[in-house]
Amino acid sequence: MANLVMFIILAVVILGSAVLCVTTKRIMRAATFLLFVLFGVAGIYFLLDYTFLGAAQVSVYAGGVTMIYVFAIQLVSKRTLQGFEERVKSSKMIAGGLAALAGLVVVCLILLKAGFYTQEIANVEVPMKEIGMALVGSGKYQYVLPFEFISVFLLACIIGGLVVARKEEKDV
Amino acid sequence: MEYSYSIFILLLPLFSFIILGLAGMKMSHKLAGYIGTCSLGIVTILSYLCAFQYFGADRVNDIYPTIVPYNFTWLPLGSLHFDLGILLDPISVVMLIVISTVSLMVHIYSFGYMHGEKGFQRYYAFLSLFTMSMLGLVLATNIFQMYMFWELVGVSSYLLIGFYYPLKPAIAASKKAFIVTRFADMFFLIGILMFGYFTHSFSFNFAGHGAEVIMGEGTTPFIMADYGRAITAGAMIIPTALTLMFIGGAGKSAMFPLHIWLPDAMEGPTPVSALIHAATMVVAGVFQIARMFPLWMAFAPHTLSIVVWVGVFTAFYAAAVACAQSDIKRVLAFSTISQIAFMMVALGVSMPGHEGLYDDHTQLGYMAGMFHLFTHAMFKACLFLGAGCIIHAVHSNEMALMGGLRKYMPVTHITFLISCLAIAGIPFFSGFSSKDEIITACFQYSPVVGWIMTGIAAMTAFYMFRLYYGIFWGTENKEALAHHTPHEAPLSMTIPLIVLCVITVGVGIYSTLGGFLGWEGSFGSFVSASGKDYIIHFDTQIALTSTVIAILSICLATYIYKGESQPIADRLYKTFPKLHRAAYKRFYQDEIWQYVTHRIIFRCVSTPIAWFDRHVVDGTFNFMAWGANEAGESIRPWQSGDVRQYAVWFLTGTVALTLILLCI
Amino acid sequence: MIPVECYFVLSALLFFIGVYGFVTRRNLIAMLISVELVLNAVDINFAAINRLLYPNGNEGMFMTLFVIGVAAAESAVAIAIIINVYRQFKSDSVDAIQNMKR
Repeated sequence: MANLVMFIILAVVILGSAVLCVTTKRIMRAATFLLFVLFGVAGIYFLLDYTFLGAAQVSVYAGGVTMIYVFAIQLVSKRTLQGFEERVKSSKMIAGGLAALAGLVVVCLILLKAGFYTQEIANVEVPMKEIGMALVGSGKYQYVLPFEFISVFLLACIIGGLVVARKEEKDV
Repeated sequence: MEYSYSIFILLLPLFSFIILGLAGMKMSHKLAGYIGTCSLGIVTILSYLCAFQYFGADRVNDIYPTIVPYNFTWLPLGSLHFDLGILLDPISVVMLIVISTVSLMVHIYSFGYMHGEKGFQRYYAFLSLFTMSMLGLVLATNIFQMYMFWELVGVSSYLLIGFYYPLKPAIAASKKAFIVTRFADMFFLIGILMFGYFTHSFSFNFAGHGAEVIMGEGTTPFIMADYGRAITAGAMIIPTALTLMFIGGAGKSAMFPLHIWLPDAMEGPTPVSALIHAATMVVAGVFQIARMFPLWMAFAPHTLSIVVWVGVFTAFYAAAVACAQSDIKRVLAFSTISQIAFMMVALGVSMPGHEGLYDDHTQLGYMAGMFHLFTHAMFKACLFLGAGCIIHAVHSNEMALMGGLRKYMPVTHITFLISCLAIAGIPFFSGFSSKDEIITACFQYSPVVGWIMTGIAAMTAFYMFRLYYGIFWGTENKEALAHHTPHEAPLSMTIPLIVLCVITVGVGIYSTLGGFLGWEGSFGSFVSASGKDYIIHFDTQIALTSTVIAILSICLATYIYKGESQPIADRLYKTFPKLHRAAYKRFYQDEIWQYVTHRIIFRCVSTPIAWFDRHVVDGTFNFMAWGANEAGESIRPWQSGDVRQYAVWFLTGTVALTLILLCI
Repeated sequence: MIPVECYFVLSALLFFIGVYGFVTRRNLIAMLISVELVLNAVDINFAAINRLLYPNGNEGMFMTLFVIGVAAAESAVAIAIIINVYRQFKSDSVDAIQNMKR
């Protein structure tokens, strides 16, 4: 019962922030609403007893990614920050809305018509030790390969980002 | 096979044409001339050899057999097939002699006449092409081969008339000749197709003809024509097909109203006029009727009256116009038209049922027509070549610049005189026998036609002697002669004249005496409609009548035209100016044709069709292109470069796919 | 206990809100933010299915973990590109990038 109430509150927060995020005209507000959404999603993870996941979500997403966005906004959207508003063409809105609605209907139909059977779960979180062992273990069902891959990938992205965003050397 | 050399009769001129055509420009004039003349000399020898062999062989059932040394299938089309081959038959062998003799004379003559002309080699190449085509035409084994060579002859004529192509009149004349004959050939083709479709055969193998056909070894046999099928399909089919073929022949042989090209064809060099437009090509129509004659006899005997009346009218018209022409080549051209009409009439009056009172010989006209073809070729070629000598001396075609030339050109004078006597129909010259037989046949058919043809024969004598006196007697044109004295033509030009005259006189004496005394071995023993030996007997009444009338016409012409001045002619001219003008302008035939084609056909038929073609047919395709263009243009905005739009489409596509997959 | 359909509906709604935002917005950064929403919706889906339908394994959780990592990396690269684009076109609107438009 308490879970249900919690879920509803979190759902309202997530969806409300999401809707406001995509419809607001001011970009800084969009970033803020994104933050709220991320927090809401972290709350969902906690509700599902995924404490590590929730922690990762808060630290990486809510903390890191949102900061990147805020910096980017500051660097790029000079005019928008100064209050110039972004006008959205109504035809685009309608087209987008219709497309999204159509997709939503289809997806929901599929998901709800398929008969899923919810399992009984024990309110136990996944132990940390298990997660750690799985991350660096190389046995069956263990995730050292994706882990290494992710680390290399992150490195590549950092370097790539640095190269792409580098200022060109100007001949003086 | 004894006649296997006959293939060289066709191949030699072909090779000569190819060699002179491809390499002629690199040769000297003399070499080109020698190649052409020598190849034709060999062809002439082979033709005479063939004739001796053919006519010297035994007859089968009193008829000379039809020999087919070569016949091979060229285009098989189901049950029909187009063949190419050589067929030897009395009329084709006679034509071989005529064509090769006249052609050889023209080749020799051209050495002198075309001396120094630019394009000398091209001229000899085209002469060889023409000779080959004409020989192929007469040696054809089936009507389709004849049509093919018919067209080739037309092409050669076009090339030779337009020989002086830098000059506009020559080009116009060659186009006119080609277009008019081509128009007539359309009817010919329709006739052939009708015939072939209904009888399933093109071959000249007429059932019931009586002549035995000897095929060479390895030749494709003739398909027997299925006349029964044609008749059950429709009784008028074969007569219609034959009439259509006759129209084609009428175009080539310059019958009214398709004669308009022949006077203009005189723009070509004079030896060309002698060869093509007097002796050989223009008689192709006559030859065609002679070749198809068994069919005419069997299926359409009374349709021959069309031939008769067309011929009669043409003969009269041409004679009337010739009386008023001032250009010597035009006079000779109209004379040719008139004489060919005589031949057509002769063939036409040979229909059965008109044996009449004189003799029990049917189809006298057939023999007479072919005989006249033979004699006419000789003396008309002589006349044209003589005219060429005169033109060469005086450098002009107009009679006004001539006069009194007998002092300067004796050989030309005598040969011209002999040929004029022949065409007038004086005994002991070849024209007498042939023309007399024609008139006899006409009287058998109907006295009306007989008297009309006699009258036209008188007109012929009249205008030919008007021409003769105008050139060789009368006052000299002092201003024209002051520039250059006319001299006799060189030997290369006079020898052919002499040879042709000898033939004319020789045949004339033999046939005149033979006709009166009933000798064997005259023309009738070689060529006759039934194939059997036919001994010519002159009908004394008719012979006497025609001779007297001819002599009277000559006297009339002498009286009017011989003197130093022509007071009677001038008075006639003043009394009938309009008539004279109309005759001079050929009774406005050219203007009528121009009117019909330009005002009626071009304006009412061609212009709408052209409009339709340009706007509807082209318009459809333009519209399709425009449509494709517009479709492309309308799709172009999809490439907007807008990522969000792409995303929407992507999403829509995915949703649609999912739905489809769900529903299936 | 919350039935799994609720999580599905939630994640679907979040997903399509993100799609709507991506399609509608003109600002490049805003489009990226919408993409983040989409990724998060997918994460919720993974986690819910893992926990509620297949509680014996942990695949879903690790999937989510890695998606978080990849999303962060991708955001970084995308931001770098947007900074470059801004330098080139002097605008943060997606309409400005028109060079390849015919």
